[in-house]
Amino acid sequence: MKILVAVKRVIDYAVKVRVKPDKSGVETSNVKMSMNPFCEIALEEALRIRESGAAKEVVAVTVGPAQCADTLRTALAMGADRAVHVDAGAAPVLPLSVAKILRALVQVEQPGLLILGKQAIDDDCNQTGQMVAGLLKWPQGTFASKVVLDKEKQVATVEREVDGGLETLCLDLPAVITTDLRLNQPRYATLPNIMKAKSKVIKKVTPEELNVEIKSDLEVVQVTEPPKRKAGVIVSSVDELIDKLKNEGRVL
Amino acid sequence: MAALAMLRTLRNRSFTSFSPLRLPIRSALSRFISTLVVAEHDGGSIKPSSLSAVEAAAAISRENSISVLLGGSGPDIGKAALQAASSHPLISQVLVADADIFLHPLAETWAELVHLVQQKGGYSHIITASNSFGKNILPRAAALLDVSPVTDITEISEPHLFVRPIYAGNALCTVRYVGKDPCMMTIRSPSFPMHSESAEPKSEAAPISQVDLSTFNEEFFGKSRWLKLASQDTERPDLGNARVVVTGGRGLKSAENFKLLEKLAEKLGAAVGATRAAVDAGFVPNDLQVGQTGKIVAPELYMAFGVSGAIQHLAGMRDSKVIVAINKDADAPIFQVADYGLVADLFDVIPELIEKLPEKK
Repeated sequence: MKILVAVKRVIDYAVKVRVKPDKSGVETSNVKMSMNPFCEIALEEALRIRESGAAKEVVAVTVGPAQCADTLRTALAMGADRAVHVDAGAAPVLPLSVAKILRALVQVEQPGLLILGKQAIDDDCNQTGQMVAGLLKWPQGTFASKVVLDKEKQVATVEREVDGGLETLCLDLPAVITTDLRLNQPRYATLPNIMKAKSKVIKKVTPEELNVEIKSDLEVVQVTEPPKRKAGVIVSSVDELIDKLKNEGRVL
Repeated sequence: MAALAMLRTLRNRSFTSFSPLRLPIRSALSRFISTLVVAEHDGGSIKPSSLSAVEAAAAISRENSISVLLGGSGPDIGKAALQAASSHPLISQVLVADADIFLHPLAETWAELVHLVQQKGGYSHIITASNSFGKNILPRAAALLDVSPVTDITEISEPHLFVRPIYAGNALCTVRYVGKDPCMMTIRSPSFPMHSESAEPKSEAAPISQVDLSTFNEEFFGKSRWLKLASQDTERPDLGNARVVVTGGRGLKSAENFKLLEKLAEKLGAAVGATRAAVDAGFVPNDLQVGQTGKIVAPELYMAFGVSGAIQHLAGMRDSKVIVAINKDADAPIFQVADYGLVADLFDVIPELIEKLPEKK
């Protein structure tokens, strides 16, 4: 079985983002970029499944501009066998179009499992995995915190993080899984593996070659800073705190 | 019928109040607004987050006719439907999909249901709450309908103009939906609190009808099976809707110490939250996590104990009305968003608070 993993290049999670003065978006030039944390978890899970013998090959995929090749190199250094870069140019691509591109790649690659992060930490959409599952008519296991594959029966048992606790589903393969934070602890790429990754193959394709039209039915009107909270006060004792909450904050 | 007549006068009134400048833009974008709210119910009553979704639907337009979709089977769904029918004056009908396949919130069946109901109803908007149910099913349904959904909306400015936070709430993005109908969205419940007037039961309940499932596409079902739900039974108010939330971070040091926090929560009638650090360390179950990847809360009072205030945590609580931080480290970033900060050892503060706080009303 082959596993396809979708990864995204985003502003590093530790960076405090700055909104551009012209309100057109967030400053991304000269800002540290990394692989989206949820995508790292997705890739780690795919690698573990391959290492357990349940899968033969892990293919990393990304959609985006030329710089995204770096993210794929990281994926290859972590252990992906090969990578596909769908060069969609600099303009942002909506989850629906990403889902259509992934569907097209699934039809080419025929994987038994497609793993994605549950959300990208830049647009915070939480949509792509669900959408590609819908397009493919595959079952979906979103927000997964545990995945157990049964190779014989061709099913995946997925434990999901839902509002009231943990839900367990059984999915027939092929299926789509999106990862939550607690699924695993991603590995670091070692220097020898980073060197090895340089000789691995990154195949470039365009959305046109995949017959996918990039659709944008959403327009960003403006991006602004959230309202600032007014400066708070430091109180010196519990009594003062209770007093403030009662009389100033009026919340007790 | 009286309700319908009222609705019509309301509609006419709001039409005349349009400025001539805005009218052409609006009529070009949206002819008639009718919204489908995909709702959840539990033990015979509509979940509070779904009622927030109804409020959001009402915020799209005052000339909106809202349909509420419920699924499930057994006596509970009948009770929930009755409640939904009288829960908001703009609700014009309640649709019930009564079948065992909707007992569990499987995305495969629910997305097909939304697709079916949309094909019959031709709604201009479809809304659900941005919780684990809504996030799971709505994007899948949107893909079936070939439209881009807008998730996690905090503000509705016009029928197709929305505000949603991006980058863990560090930027607000205003987006305009310019695609075909339906415009599909999930809303953040804390941003659409229930109005008191809509909480009062309306005099005439909306009609309840069954969804005709004879043309339901079942071809792809059975590919996923629901096995079980391990739920955390708790007496506490629901984290997403609580008026007061007390949260513990790594500073609490152990699961045992969280009991102390629970005592305080009991006294305040509060829900207990946690940071990722506290969840990863195994102090509390993951469904208590507040933040970008956990729950988003906006209570009246948020008290953070031993929480440093990472970007990802602030994303989940920065809209709280009053934020209190108790931390030993005076440089902790949490103090930058706190209205009241106390630099002290939480193991001294919590018992003192329990002792000195007034009994809850």
